[in-house]
Amino acid sequence: MSGYDEVVPAGEPWMGVVRRGQSLRIVDLEGNQAVDTLFYNAADTAEHYSAQNTIQAQGRIYLTTGTTLLSNRGNALLRIEEDTCGRHDTLGGACSAESNTVRYALEKRSMHSCRDSFLLALARHHEGGLTKRDLPSNINFFMNVPVTPTGELRFADGISAAGRHVQLRALVDTLVLISNCPQLNNPCNAYNPTPIRVMTWDNA
Amino acid sequence: MLWEEEIPGGAHWSAVIRRGVVLRLTASGADANVAALFYSREQPLERYNMADTLKAQHIAHLTTGCVCYSDMGRILCSITADTCGWHDPLCGLTDAALIAARYGATRFQEQRNQRHVSGRDAMLVELGKYGLGERDLVANINFFSKVVVDEAGALKLEPGHSKAGQYVDLRFEMDTIVALHAGPHPLATTKKYAPPAIRLQARRGAPPAADDPCRTRCPENTRGYINTERMYAS
Repeated sequence: MSGYDEVVPAGEPWMGVVRRGQSLRIVDLEGNQAVDTLFYNAADTAEHYSAQNTIQAQGRIYLTTGTTLLSNRGNALLRIEEDTCGRHDTLGGACSAESNTVRYALEKRSMHSCRDSFLLALARHHEGGLTKRDLPSNINFFMNVPVTPTGELRFADGISAAGRHVQLRALVDTLVLISNCPQLNNPCNAYNPTPIRVMTWDNA
Repeated sequence: MLWEEEIPGGAHWSAVIRRGVVLRLTASGADANVAALFYSREQPLERYNMADTLKAQHIAHLTTGCVCYSDMGRILCSITADTCGWHDPLCGLTDAALIAARYGATRFQEQRNQRHVSGRDAMLVELGKYGLGERDLVANINFFSKVVVDEAGALKLEPGHSKAGQYVDLRFEMDTIVALHAGPHPLATTKKYAPPAIRLQARRGAPPAADDPCRTRCPENTRGYINTERMYAS
């Protein structure tokens, strides 16, 4: 089986299949870049990563080494086997043209967004039949979105840095959908979206 | 009052609620939980979005003044009154495996309508009535449940949070498919499957005024109402 080794510029989607037993590494090349990510069972894409199943099972909202990513059907899709960042977000979701009008200003509708990248990638993925219906809450790798004990959501300074990575082992054949976030209004990435590197390989 | 109805504990329910109607959910007992999902009646691909709701209002819990956003930057409903104080938007639904492990497996054959229905099955049934299914099942709200997150990210359900008679008012800003399940919270530790019944009361509400507390809670919500009102402008 061959692997990928690609640099994905900010504002671009990426899709690929990680076979069962293969590893997927995402490298935050320049630091504090949001990598909005969804995972689907490649054999049946109605089964996908579920933030709710995952945080229920581990009793914690953040993802790091040892976290098993569960599907909406309660099955294990991938396990995080390495993480040099330490914490990844399950709650912040993906930016969109429409949510930008709410969060920042009505005039920001035309700015590029993760959900637009997701939709274009799904539309180009002809064999999958995937649509907007198939966009549940995604992971934001390298983002720090803490919840306070009084129930506030904070967009805190990033805790990632140039060269940090997260690495996952696929437990089933997994379709990966990434939007390398183009958000220009986000202090988490210092208002500067940057490239990432996506690698996959076979394990012995 | 337009109508009222009771959802027995453990049962599921759905309806189309029109823009301008206020739906009151009242807990008939302590430690209630109501899983809730919202879809635009006009285009159900537009649906309640947890992340957009939390991000816009910088919250990880819902109470008076908060609104429930769709993924299209619009407001499906607003929380105009709440005597409970905290509703959980994070933890999702129970599924059949969790219910069987915690409360024991049940079948209709033996238990009749006292069987233990899971949140996921309840929602799949209600969504199916509108042509919706598993792919439409997104993160839900758990009304009447309080889940606190500590510094390390650990989730903790607060036992005894809700009391009998407490209510929450949802003022609908769009024609909305509402699906509810009066079932236990996924983090509940009670040994018995005995979620309290929920009283539903619908009444006609006044349109949100310029100084409406949900509208003025934050600039984000002001813009959310503008987006919503634009869709109904004619």
